Amino acid sequence: MLPLKEKDKPVVQKLLSAGCCARCVLRFCCVLVQSLYRQPIQDTLKQLQDFVSNLDSSKPNESTAVPEPHPAEGDESHDATEAKQGEDDSEQGTRTAMEPPDDPPKKRMKLDEDLKGSDASAGSKDAEAPPAPAPALGICVVCLGVLQEYCSRDHARKVAEAVKTEDYHFDTIVLSVSLPAQLCVREHSCWLHVKKEMREKIMTRVKDDIVPVKEAFKWSVQGLIAMELGGVAVVTRSSFEVGMEFKHTATDSDCHFLATTCADCFRPTKNKDSVFTRVAVVKALEKIPDSKFLIHYPSPPGRPTSSCTSQAIQCLHTSIYVAGRYNKYSRSLSQTPWIIDGRRMMESSVEELIAEPLANSFRAKGFNFSSSGREDVDVRTLGKGRPFAMEMLNPHRCRFTKMEMKQIQETINTSSDKIAVRDLQIVTRECMGHMKEGEEEKTKSYTALVWTQKAIEKDDIVFLDDIKELTLDQKTPLRVLHRRALAVRQRVIHSMNTRFRDPHHFYLRLKTQAGTYIKEFVHGDFGRTKPNLCQLLKMDTDILELDVESVDVDWPPAISE
Amino acid sequence: MDCTEEKDIETPAPSVIERYFTRWYKADVKGQACEDHCILQHSNRLCVLTLAETHPILQDGRTIKNINYKISNGCSRLNNKVAGKSKRGGQFLTEFAPVCRITCTDETEYTIYSCIRGRLLEVNEDILVNSSLLLKKPSTDGYIALILPKFEESKLVKENLLSREDFEVVVSKRAADVQSQPS
Ligand SMILES: [Zn+2]
Repeated sequence: MLPLKEKDKPVVQKLLSAGCCARCVLRFCCVLVQSLYRQPIQDTLKQLQDFVSNLDSSKPNESTAVPEPHPAEGDESHDATEAKQGEDDSEQGTRTAMEPPDDPPKKRMKLDEDLKGSDASAGSKDAEAPPAPAPALGICVVCLGVLQEYCSRDHARKVAEAVKTEDYHFDTIVLSVSLPAQLCVREHSCWLHVKKEMREKIMTRVKDDIVPVKEAFKWSVQGLIAMELGGVAVVTRSSFEVGMEFKHTATDSDCHFLATTCADCFRPTKNKDSVFTRVAVVKALEKIPDSKFLIHYPSPPGRPTSSCTSQAIQCLHTSIYVAGRYNKYSRSLSQTPWIIDGRRMMESSVEELIAEPLANSFRAKGFNFSSSGREDVDVRTLGKGRPFAMEMLNPHRCRFTKMEMKQIQETINTSSDKIAVRDLQIVTRECMGHMKEGEEEKTKSYTALVWTQKAIEKDDIVFLDDIKELTLDQKTPLRVLHRRALAVRQRVIHSMNTRFRDPHHFYLRLKTQAGTYIKEFVHGDFGRTKPNLCQLLKMDTDILELDVESVDVDWPPAISE
Repeated sequence: MDCTEEKDIETPAPSVIERYFTRWYKADVKGQACEDHCILQHSNRLCVLTLAETHPILQDGRTIKNINYKISNGCSRLNNKVAGKSKRGGQFLTEFAPVCRITCTDETEYTIYSCIRGRLLEVNEDILVNSSLLLKKPSTDGYIALILPKFEESKLVKENLLSREDFEVVVSKRAADVQSQPS
């Protein structure tokens, strides 16, 4: 049943003797039939043992197959390699799975000489007359157990349990696998061990044709995990990722020699506990000449004393984006947490008041808040509010009906009288751009309560109503100059409207280009905004209150009540 | 004139300076009697260098003939340029670095010093065109310069300076001394 040819025999033989597991043997033989990985590993081992020891010599015919084994098979495995890179596992799997039965095993007792040759060499090294069984039952020298115990139904069940405990909503899953870096070293060592035999088998075959451990692992176990999860589809792209990480205690000792031979590949990286990352090790292995490698590392690789350990399963759902508009009714509420020297200056923030009920509903692990501009702590935002978006990180729940979104909105609105939200909706990541784009060109409307140093009458201020398209030169305000570049920016006040309150106060309504600093326009900022209201009124003026009346950004779309 | 009179009329809620700045003083700068400077430090650590109300330039109805930010042949504060958020390239001032020289029409000349360590961000070019700003609004539109202390030194700014209360004590003592001298 194995799609192996006579010339694979010495390879299989050597690998089994070296202590490779049956699945690693399939990998090295570039077998792309997924069902063979899926079947119990003992069955595969049995088949491999039968194959090398010619037990099925019950079919001594077929001698015709011997001389020319490769044309059809060679093509097939090449095709399959292409397909592997181009993915679509299912189709490829069924196609290749169908073929082997039609394709009578080309194993041949005829090539006894070949077999004996490698048998002898293997035997002399290992002093174990029947090559395969004993080592192959132990921990695999290449995958360190990843393709053995971790492909079992038992482990699949554990993974599924871990996923179920997290209680996510999902339709499909994608598996991500992280392997300890020394698997690359061991694979390389094993490859050098059988390189000669591989070359003889098919001239074009290179290390790249070997099925990666990751791939083989997925083929072996994903069906089982899917079944344990009640038949969910395991795909190559999904918004829900189940992450498995394997570690091994001997990673550093196995890789250590590379650090001395290829020092420049290993720079200490932050966030990593070891310099032996997979990327660095692969790079070092590409650089190191075979001869040098063989001086420092045994080939085949030595027998491990322990297998990999499986870290806790990490589930990750891609972010969901929620958009809306908010009002801020408090003059003592910052938009985002205001923290100085690690001390909270205010007990809450707009961001937190909105995020908390959302994160609860989406059962998210965190959030990122963004908005179309921001207002100061002491500024209210009235009217239809300011567009905002909230990225819900790793949400466990992600599907909500319009009704449910409305309920969440209600929850937010009843939980605090300092803010309110409207137009709450789930949006795509791409849409987020609408909120920021045009931020500078759009207009904003404000109402300011202005204090005047001299007593005024209604008639003293009406002339302001006639001023249109007033261009200001605003130097970066003192209050933000410590964190922004110093520049003079031109901003336009499109129109102004005054409403007299008392001899020292009036309300000034302004329609301005976004990005205009209103407070500085009113008090002048040490004369650094020109013209300013002090100059226009020829007296000191100050701003006592400010409200944002509208932020004219068309996104997100309004939702009818 | 009328400005100083109206200052006291109808004191509203705290002014911009009172809301966001702390006033620090240096009296008799460089040992020159009454040449008092005032530093307005914003809560964001930025400092505005100004003349204290008691500075001789603001006394006796003096008028200004000339303000010069060129403090030596090789160094003019007018050439100061800062780039980016980190304000690269700004001249670094130490406590006794001269910032400008002011000559009055009565030919008295005064040097204004930085009083604090920090990076020069901006000088007030408006007072070059309209020197009456300096006389009429010395602590706002008539400021001398903006200086940004290093972050780690921003809390130390006050160490060599006087609080408003301490400065007022100095000023009232000065007045008492003047009065007691003749008798
Ligand atoms: Zn293995």
